[in-house]
Amino acid sequence: MLIHNADRRMQIYGALLLLPAAVLLGTFAYLPTVSTLVNSLFLPGFRGSPPEFVGLENYALLIEDRTFWRVARNNLVYALGTIPTSIALALGMALFVNARLPGRGFVRMAYFTPTILPMIAAANIWMFFYAPQIGLFNKILGTLGLSGVNWLGDPSVALGSVIVMTIWKEAGFFMIFYLAALQSIPPELKEASDLEGTGRWSFFWRVTFPLLMPTTLFVLINALINAVRVVDHLFILTKGGPNNATNLLLYYVYENAFSFFDRTYAATITVVILLVLAVVATVKFTILDRRTHYQ
Amino acid sequence: MSQTSLMSAANRRFALRLPSLETTAAWLLALIWIFPLLYAFWAAFHPAAYMVRFDLFAPVTLENFANAWAQAPFARYYLNTFLLVTGVVLAQFVVCTLAGFAFARFPIPGKEILFMLVLIQLFVFPEVLIVENYRIASSLGLVDTITGIGLPYVASAFGIFLLRQTFKTIPRELEDAARIEGCGWMAILLKVYVPLAKPTYLAYGLVSVSHHWNNFLWPLVVTNSVESRPLTVGLGIFSAPETGVNWATVSAATLLSIAPLLVAFLLFQRQFVQSFLRAGIR
Repeated sequence: MLIHNADRRMQIYGALLLLPAAVLLGTFAYLPTVSTLVNSLFLPGFRGSPPEFVGLENYALLIEDRTFWRVARNNLVYALGTIPTSIALALGMALFVNARLPGRGFVRMAYFTPTILPMIAAANIWMFFYAPQIGLFNKILGTLGLSGVNWLGDPSVALGSVIVMTIWKEAGFFMIFYLAALQSIPPELKEASDLEGTGRWSFFWRVTFPLLMPTTLFVLINALINAVRVVDHLFILTKGGPNNATNLLLYYVYENAFSFFDRTYAATITVVILLVLAVVATVKFTILDRRTHYQ
Repeated sequence: MSQTSLMSAANRRFALRLPSLETTAAWLLALIWIFPLLYAFWAAFHPAAYMVRFDLFAPVTLENFANAWAQAPFARYYLNTFLLVTGVVLAQFVVCTLAGFAFARFPIPGKEILFMLVLIQLFVFPEVLIVENYRIASSLGLVDTITGIGLPYVASAFGIFLLRQTFKTIPRELEDAARIEGCGWMAILLKVYVPLAKPTYLAYGLVSVSHHWNNFLWPLVVTNSVESRPLTVGLGIFSAPETGVNWATVSAATLLSIAPLLVAFLLFQRQFVQSFLRAGIR
């Protein structure tokens, strides 16, 4: 009886310890998630009239919304454009910095520095490169006698310009995870392969690369999240333009909510983002967490 | 032949050895990567006229910084960012410590499910839910306050997770010893668990500081006046192309906004990298 009481007390104490976090998570994560889902089933009430329940009508609108499809496609292109390149570069950088290299400290710093800048600052800096008349890129093209490119104003180039900047910003961040993984690879493997006379290239593809697979998956998850979560640079570089050529899902949510004041439609697009994140989360918790590599 | 000339001959031979292809590639990539920042530095310290025609011997000036400082209330933005970052990190420490401790040491019914629920927040960030979080913030009267910017991030799943992991590795004997000395749960937490988790607090603190120093979208949504606006939002408004502020001033403002974090990073590079690593390996 006494023990039972002590147990109860522990339980209550533990619950009290959890309370602040539970209240905050409830207020700013679960409640807004649920109300996003609910709101996507309504049309906003005008002039004080209550919102009207319309079922899946917002989703029907979404499917017919050509801008939405354009934005969704952009986001896919953006993810495909940034992620593999960033990861490949990150791996290359980590291999460089992990090897004996003169000025290694500087090189590592150079790779990593973009990571600690705010995205807004990075976008400002890249504005100096991309600007039409006075931007550095067009100046260089000009001295070579070529005509300038409208890096951010030409719909066929603008998304590519945003992608290039994002790669610059992210590769160094992923590099550190590879670097840590490389340093945990037992040196005996390299020694053994040297005895065998294995070439460096085949050592990389047969030993290093497979051993880095968990890191690659981990970085991939992070990169996928960032591809739907970070749209700060659009506010400076393109505002989603020209003609939605660089608009991404979360920016489109922002536009609908705070420029067009269409809250329920914004909620509907948010549901799409939440679905994407749910897929990523499922992959992480089922595939990644089976490997206890990170735990 | 004297000793010195022998040395210099050896040095020369060393210098003449061409760097390998990889070294060249590594350095080339490093130079490309650092170049944008160097360019911004150059632009910030030279008169605006030289933005259009690059000249290595252009006069150096601090005028751009003075202009930026005068044209926007950067001092106030600095203060706001500073208050935001310290407030968020301290609140995170408290809330995540309590929750992490509960998950690590207390028999709570349905603990596994609760913990999974917490981990959901690793994917559903406040910035994804801007629409609804804005409504919640406004119904709580938190719009345009620094508290409003920070509060959604206080119960950080990531912080709870990290601290739970750390607390789990602390040997139970230490706790038992403290209990024999007559410590209650709070004293045990503060005297045994928290001091031993110092490296975790440092790593998490650094990551959190840089995240909130750099955060933009949610602060943009929830602030609408100079009183609460952090640096990133101030900079975003200041340098939006339509404002027509000249470039040299924009780059000065950009450097102003990133300087503290950049300097901290250059001074404590190792800790930064270590922290991001510790924090990243979830």
